[in-house]
Amino acid sequence: MGKTLAEKIWAEHVVRAADGEPDLLYIDLHLIHEVTSPQAFDGLRLAGRTVRRPELTIATEDHNVPTLNIDKPIADPVSKLQVDTLRANCAEFGVRIHSLGDKDQGIVHVVGPQLGLTQPGMTIVCGDSHTSTHGAFGALAFGIGTSEVEHVLATQTLPLARPKTMAINVEGTLKTGVTSKDIILAIIAKIGTGGGQGYVIEYRGSAIRALSMESRMTVCNMSIEAGARAGLIAPDQTTFDYILGKPHAPESFDETVKYWSTLYTDSDAKFDVEVDLKADDLEPFVTWGTNPGQGSSLSSNVPNPADIADPEARGAAERALVYMGLEAGTPLKKIAIDTVFLGSCTNGRIEDLRAAAEVVKGKKIASTLRMLVVPGSARVRLEAEAEGLDKVFIDAGAEWRNAGCSMCLGMNPDQLAVGERSASTSNRNFEGRQGKGGRTHLVSPLVAAATALRGTLSSPADL
Amino acid sequence: MEKFVKHTGTAVPLRRSNVDTDQIIPAVYLKRVTRSGFEDGLFSAWRSDPQFVLNKAEYKAGTILVAGVDFGTGSSREHAVWALQNYGFKAVISSRFADIFRGNSLKGGLLTVIIEQSDVEALWAAIEANPATSVSVDLETRTVSYDSVVLPFAIDDYTRWRLMEGLDDIGLTFKNTDSIDSFEKSRTSLKPATLPIRG
Ligand code: SF4
Repeated sequence: MGKTLAEKIWAEHVVRAADGEPDLLYIDLHLIHEVTSPQAFDGLRLAGRTVRRPELTIATEDHNVPTLNIDKPIADPVSKLQVDTLRANCAEFGVRIHSLGDKDQGIVHVVGPQLGLTQPGMTIVCGDSHTSTHGAFGALAFGIGTSEVEHVLATQTLPLARPKTMAINVEGTLKTGVTSKDIILAIIAKIGTGGGQGYVIEYRGSAIRALSMESRMTVCNMSIEAGARAGLIAPDQTTFDYILGKPHAPESFDETVKYWSTLYTDSDAKFDVEVDLKADDLEPFVTWGTNPGQGSSLSSNVPNPADIADPEARGAAERALVYMGLEAGTPLKKIAIDTVFLGSCTNGRIEDLRAAAEVVKGKKIASTLRMLVVPGSARVRLEAEAEGLDKVFIDAGAEWRNAGCSMCLGMNPDQLAVGERSASTSNRNFEGRQGKGGRTHLVSPLVAAATALRGTLSSPADL
Repeated sequence: MEKFVKHTGTAVPLRRSNVDTDQIIPAVYLKRVTRSGFEDGLFSAWRSDPQFVLNKAEYKAGTILVAGVDFGTGSSREHAVWALQNYGFKAVISSRFADIFRGNSLKGGLLTVIIEQSDVEALWAAIEANPATSVSVDLETRTVSYDSVVLPFAIDDYTRWRLMEGLDDIGLTFKNTDSIDSFEKSRTSLKPATLPIRG
C-alpha cells in the first residue's frame, strides 16, 4: 500500500524508532519568538547545555511588540524585558534574530516563508500553534510547548507519537468574493474545533490546487482551529515558483525540485478519515460565537441555540451569544462593528493587503469605526508601501502600522476595550482573545474591507 | 520533574466545554520570563465573577480539575499548564483534550486523564453533591476512583513510565545522541540553513 504525504515526510525524519515508544523525529527548522522561549533557554543554561544546531534555528519578535513608535524603547517594562531576554539569549547561543526595525522582523509564520526557509518535505516546529501555516509548502509543521522548544534547542529532535491522517477534499470553483479564509472557516464549522484532533490534515482537490501559496497558508494556518496539530498541501509548480528567488531558495534549484516532486500522497494510500467539501457552495463566512467552529454564512442569521440538538453545543452557543452580546435571529449583516483588524499570520501577507486595498480604494471607512492595517512582516510593509497600498488605506481613514501580531492577541498595546466588537482577519475569536471583554468576528480580508466601509458585517457584493 | 504515581484530593467541577488556553491564562500574563507565578492569571477573566467555581469556598482546596470536552484548545502556550500547576492542580479530567495542551501537560507532570463524557457528568454530580468527595487518580492502576466508583483510563505505557519515574525527556533523548549523529551524517544537503544569512 502507498503512503500519504505526511507518512512519507515522517518516515524520512525518524532518527530512532522503538516498540512502545514515540518516534524520535529530526527537526529541520526551528522558529522561535520572545514569548515561548525564555524558559527554554533558562532550562538549557541550568543544565549546562548548548543549542545543538543554531544554524537550523531562527528568531523574530512578534507577539509582544508594539506596532507604533518602534524606534523608541518598548514602553511596558515587562514586555521590554521579554524582548531583551530573547535578544540576549540569541546572542549567547548564536541564534540568528530579526529584531524590531530589521526588514525581516515580523510574525514568525510570515517570516519563514518569505525568507525561503520554509520548503517542501521539511519538519518545522515553533513554540506557537499556528506553525501549521508552513504546511502549505508540503512541510510537516506543528506547534510545540516550551518544554519541547527546549528539547529541540538541545537535541534538534522531538519524541512524537505518530499522528493519524485525514484528507479534506475541496473540489470545484470558488465564487467571486469567496476566499481561502471562507474555505477553512467552513471546514471548521463542519468538522468542529475537535474534529481534527490527533490527525494531520492534508487539503486536497481542485479548489485547493487553484489557490495561490498565500491563500494555501491561510488554510493550513487554521488547521489548529479544527483541532489538528498540522495541515499540509502537496507541493506543486505554484509552490516551486513561490520559493524561486527567495533569499534561502536552494542554490541547486532544479535538483531540489526533483526531490520536492516526489512529495505527494500515493494514489493507493489510505487516509484514516476523508471529508468532502464543495467549493461552489461556499459563501463568505463569518463567526458569530466564541470558538472558531461557531460560524456561518454572512447572509444568514445569528443562530437560535434552541435549534441546536446537541446539549453541549447548545449550552456553548447560549454562553457565546451572551458574551458576544447578540440576539438569536439577528441578520449577521446587521451587526455593527467598532474595529476592523486586517493582519495576523492568517491574513497579514501582501495578497491579503492587496485584496483589501482593492475594495477600499478611493472610498472612506465608516465614521463609526476604526480600522487597523498591520502587515505581517516588515518586508510585507515595505512591499505594500512600494505599491502605494499604505496610501490607499490611510486615504480611506485606516491606520497603517508596523509589523507584528498586534490585535490578534491581547498581549501588546493593540487591544479591544471591554465590549468592543471587531471584525478581524485573524484566527481566534475566544473570549478576551483580542483584549479582555472584546468581541471578535473572524472574517476574510474582503469581508474586513467591505465591513470597514459599511460599518456592519458586509461583503464586497453588498457595496 | 516530580514523580507521579497516585494523587488523592478533592475536585473542582468546571462545567464548560471548549475551554481554550486563552481562557486558562490570557496573553497579558505571558510576558513573564519565569516558569512560576502564573497562578494569578489562571482563568483570570472568569475569576472576577464571585460565582465562578474557583471562588467558591467549598472548592478552594481542590487539586483535581474536572472539565468539559475539548479542554486546552487554541494556543500552544505551556503557561497554561504552569498556571494550573502553580495554582495547585495535580490532574485535569476531561473527555477530550487538545493535542498540544495534553502533550505539554504530560511533559510537565500535570496528569491529564481522559474518561467518557457520561462519566465526567457523573463525577460532576458527585462533587457538586458533596464537594469534600475524595477523588484519586492512580497511574499505577490507571484508574480514577471516588465513592465506590472506579473508572479505568488509558495512557500509553511510555508516558506512564516516564511520569512514574519523574524522567525528563531531554535526558532520555541524550541517551540516543549516537543515533542523532548518524542521522545528521546521512541528512540531505538540499535542506536550507538559517546561517549564514543570505539576502
Ligand atoms: S498573528 Fe496571532 S495567531 Fe499568528 S502567531 Fe501572532 S498571535 Fe499567534
